[in-house]
Parts: sequence; structure tokens; C-alpha cells
Amino acid sequence: MSTMIQTTVQMYAVFIKATPEQIWDAITKPEFTSRYFYGSLVDSSFEAGKPYRSWSPDREKLWVDGEVLDSDPPRRLSYTWRALYDEETAAEEPSRVSWEIEPQDGGVSKLTVVHDQLERAPKTAENVAGGWMYILSGLKTLLETGEPLAG
Amino acid sequence: MADDPVFKALADSTRRLLLDRLYERDGRSLTELESDLEMTRFGVMKHLRVLEDAGLVVTRRSGREKLHYLNPVPIRLIHDRWIDKYTEHRVSALADLKRELEETA
Repeated sequence: MSTMIQTTVQMYAVFIKATPEQIWDAITKPEFTSRYFYGSLVDSSFEAGKPYRSWSPDREKLWVDGEVLDSDPPRRLSYTWRALYDEETAAEEPSRVSWEIEPQDGGVSKLTVVHDQLERAPKTAENVAGGWMYILSGLKTLLETGEPLAG
Repeated sequence: MADDPVFKALADSTRRLLLDRLYERDGRSLTELESDLEMTRFGVMKHLRVLEDAGLVVTRRSGREKLHYLNPVPIRLIHDRWIDKYTEHRVSALADLKRELEETA
């Protein structure tokens, strides 16, 4: 039971010196995601009920397939997540990814990612654990310095 | 965000112990965390607040309870600050090797 709780909800947060609008753009525009999200190109109208997709850098392979659940620019975005880049994760049930952006004092925003509903996606839970940390670190570096993280 | 709150939050053995507990299993309520420690509820709350302000702990509500999660991102950022210099070369060397292998294949 205890390990269940640990793997079914993952939360990551970072403070970024940027406005909520800048962060929203970084999450929703492919010219940004290509620079910190493993080169992937996000593809969605970000309206509830519409598809959320993410493509490989050459646009040949669909890496992530999902559906937008909730979209409230520039504060909140939530969609289902099925990772197709790996056979094992592709075979699992969809999980859910939510982004929350909260403005703080001093031109800083707090960005939180919650990846939950992972009960039927243990391989996905394992697969994304280090990834979100890398992505948030890269997103912060990109917005604050204009340069993607090296490597 | 400056790193100061992160280092200050980490410079206390009780707070490190709280992070250890959350590392073992996160999504814990204050009541659960409190039962592990020889400390008053108020004392645990105060320490959790410092960890939350530093971004090392994030919370979310589940019904009437507030659940606490370990957020490793600030530690990752400290890591990146001093480690990247060395890993960068390794990563770019591997990328160069990959490119060479693919070009000659």
C-alpha cells in the first residue's frame, strides 16, 4: 500500500523569474518545447476535449498522445498522458499531467507539475520520475537565460 | 529565486529528517509526519513551512487533509550549478561520437 501512494502522484515545483504568460508560452508553443522537452514539439489547440499531442523533433513519431481536460491560460493546464515512445508505457492506461502557474512577489512565478492517476501506469511513473526534474530545470534555464541547458 | 532559502532549510537536522521521511514515501499528512517525530505539532508545522517556502516541499489538498510531497527540483538546480561544467563535456563527447558513428554507418 505504501509504495502505491508513492508512485501514483508525483509533484515537482520550481520558482522561475518570468511572468505567468511567458511560462504559459513555454509550455504550449512547439518552438519553446523543442528547446527543453527532449526536442519534442507540442501540438494542441489547448481547448478542453481537444487532443494534446507531442511529436518527435523530426515530426515523424508521435511521442505523447492525450486529451486536454482543463485549460485556463495562463494559470492552469491539465491533460491526459500516454507515452508512446516506449512500448511498455504505450500499453498502459493514460495518466494525467497538470501544470499550475502562480505569480509570486518580485516578478517570480511558481510553476508546479502534478503527474497523477498513475495507478494503472507503473512503468510510466518510473519512466517520468527523473524526466520532470530535468524538464523543469531546463525550462527555468531557458526562460531566465534564453539558453537551453547544455546536454 | 535565490538559493539561500534552500541552504537555510537544509541546515537543520529535523528538516532533513522530514525530507528523509518524504523521500521514503511522500504524500503524507501532518498527522503522519508528526507521529514519526518527538516534537509538537506546532514545531513540525513550523519546519514544514520553512521547507515549503524554500520549495523543497510542495503540498496539495486531498479532502480535509493537506498532503506533503518532496520536491527535488531545487536540489537538482544546485547540482546543475556546479556539476554541469563536467557533465557537459561528457555529454557533448557522447553526442559527437554518436554523430560520427551514424555518419560512417
